[in-house]
Amino acid sequence: MSFDRTKEKLNILADAAKYDVSCSSSGSKRVNTNKGLGDSTGMGICHSYTEDGRCVSLLKILLTNHCIFDCAYCVTRKSNDIKRAAFKIQEVVDLTINFYRRNYIEGLFLSSGIFKSADYTMERLIAVAKKLRTEEGFNGYIHLKSIPGASDELMREAGLYADRLSVNIEVPTISGLKLLAPDKKHEDFIKPMLKVKNEIIQFKEEKKIIKSTPKYAPAGQSTQMIIGATGESDKDIMYSASHYYKQYNMKRVYYSGYVPVAQDVRLPAIGTQVPMLRENRLYQTDWLLRFYGFGVQELLNTSHPNLDIDVDPKLGWALRNLEQFPIDINTAEKQILARVPGIGLQSVHKIINARRFRKLNWEHLKNIGIALNRAKYFIVCDSSKWERIDREPQTIKGMILKNSTGKFRKEYSTQLNLFT
Amino acid sequence: MENAKTFIYDGSFNGFLTTIFVAFEEKAQVADIQKNSVNQNGLFSESETIFTHIEKAKRVWNGIQKKNYTAMKQIYFAYLSETQGIEILLYRYIRKLFATQEAIQSDYSDSLVLKISQLTKSVGREKHRMEAFVRFQLTQDDIYFANIEPDFDVLPLISKHFRSRYADQQWLIYDVKRQYGIFYNLERVEIVALDLKEIYANSIHKKDPFLTDEYNFQDLWNNYFKSTNIKSRINTKLHTQQVPKRYWKYLSEKREAV
Repeated sequence: MSFDRTKEKLNILADAAKYDVSCSSSGSKRVNTNKGLGDSTGMGICHSYTEDGRCVSLLKILLTNHCIFDCAYCVTRKSNDIKRAAFKIQEVVDLTINFYRRNYIEGLFLSSGIFKSADYTMERLIAVAKKLRTEEGFNGYIHLKSIPGASDELMREAGLYADRLSVNIEVPTISGLKLLAPDKKHEDFIKPMLKVKNEIIQFKEEKKIIKSTPKYAPAGQSTQMIIGATGESDKDIMYSASHYYKQYNMKRVYYSGYVPVAQDVRLPAIGTQVPMLRENRLYQTDWLLRFYGFGVQELLNTSHPNLDIDVDPKLGWALRNLEQFPIDINTAEKQILARVPGIGLQSVHKIINARRFRKLNWEHLKNIGIALNRAKYFIVCDSSKWERIDREPQTIKGMILKNSTGKFRKEYSTQLNLFT
Repeated sequence: MENAKTFIYDGSFNGFLTTIFVAFEEKAQVADIQKNSVNQNGLFSESETIFTHIEKAKRVWNGIQKKNYTAMKQIYFAYLSETQGIEILLYRYIRKLFATQEAIQSDYSDSLVLKISQLTKSVGREKHRMEAFVRFQLTQDDIYFANIEPDFDVLPLISKHFRSRYADQQWLIYDVKRQYGIFYNLERVEIVALDLKEIYANSIHKKDPFLTDEYNFQDLWNNYFKSTNIKSRINTKLHTQQVPKRYWKYLSEKREAV
């Protein structure tokens, strides 16, 4: 292994891969039998965090950044004048194994620019995964990119070695895709997604009958959307996301605030601030949909197409639906508790357990770890003191904002000042 | 009424369990339970020194396990937090556990239960951190070696994780603060004490015990770590929250920042 040459490639191909935000290494169980290398318990591990605060769990690289496409939002697009490089298959295998043995990573996330054709590229990605599994006996995590337009046979094979497969939809609307990635067709993205979905369903069926059915993409598939590149609304994004969750059984949809990488009239200018707060609100919404039992129409609809910037989406929803509150902490059902601003699922669990022993009062709730500064306007408990419930939403919002601090507060308070 | 007693034990977990056994057997009024290394006699309480007795310890442990599996895990985790006064807290917790048929470990409105559950969570977090932050360096002797300095005594908790993950390589994880380590010799994990002349943190200066290739891989990893950062999204506060500074000296990717 020539370290200097590998280092140069690694710098180029890691730099090009970093805009893919998926970092998950969870959801797949591979037991180390026969004293081999690696063991995944199903729980992900973040081995480090970059200075931008994102987790480093996998060795995330492109096989190559040569690409035949010219998508405006992409740093590796054909027309961009950048250094190009390509890894050999063995190089990727060696890097993965050596990083894994030193406990730097949970495994590999391999993506690629598209060179020659979709199938040719997909074959190379599979070759790396196959080598890791069959020759190195590697039980760590492997995430492969499904190349848009790759054939069904290859997608079938990919899932036999990979834990997760993903195609990034990137642009949430079809019109946006036409504008920014004229060479790519919407159907090309959907095809491998559909194949993977069907294979996973088939695997689950066969597994019931034959226990030794080889695993197929046990950590499922995911996708990613760029936020803030095409002027789409939060409603566009989240409706699209819930479409993918429902239609393609996605494990995750990732939202990536657009980082300007090109001077292009179709896109925000270089130097434009990355919409990190908006991204944060979208993730909060995603969680409300997946874990808190909210329907997407409750949070976003035609009369409310964008999320609040100054409060989190659950609080925003509660303020628009004050007639559903206050609820009684000591009697409300689990699903109702989960809808109270300032009460997360961990707190719901603790409340449900603790209230079997005694009626809970403010002191108990505070000790359990509930964010009372938000929750107190929406609940009653075993106490004669509670907040008045006849207040206007705006008043409550004002009181909450006055008595709390938010991590993004500085950003939008200056934004607001500009317009007042 | 009998005077309250202070029990003094050898500082081992089995010693602690033996103490619990004796305290229950004697129906003693327990004033405190102390390690012999930090023993301070109370003015008004008499003290009794406990000698670790594996059979007695086992009986207590099996009893707790039978009573409540979750509580058993919590007791062990909380004990490893090494929090001052943890023994007496756990003694009260165990008494509570045996005094009722109810699943007291989920009574989060009880301050003692909540405290034990919070300690369990802290120790669990540290365990998970160590599973993430251990950075092995390959030595001349073909052993993957790492120093750690965890907030709590988590080596016993992470042993299984590393044993099943790195089953085909020899490794050694050494706790610098508590001066003992766990060594996997391809067969089983052993507890070892080392006479380390220096702490092999991931320093910038190369050291003899390691192979040249080792430094090349560290170099590749550091480069990867830098390349994967998106500068326009910098968030130092979040970064140090996720990777607190006290761990930096053992992380090769942060060695330049130390």
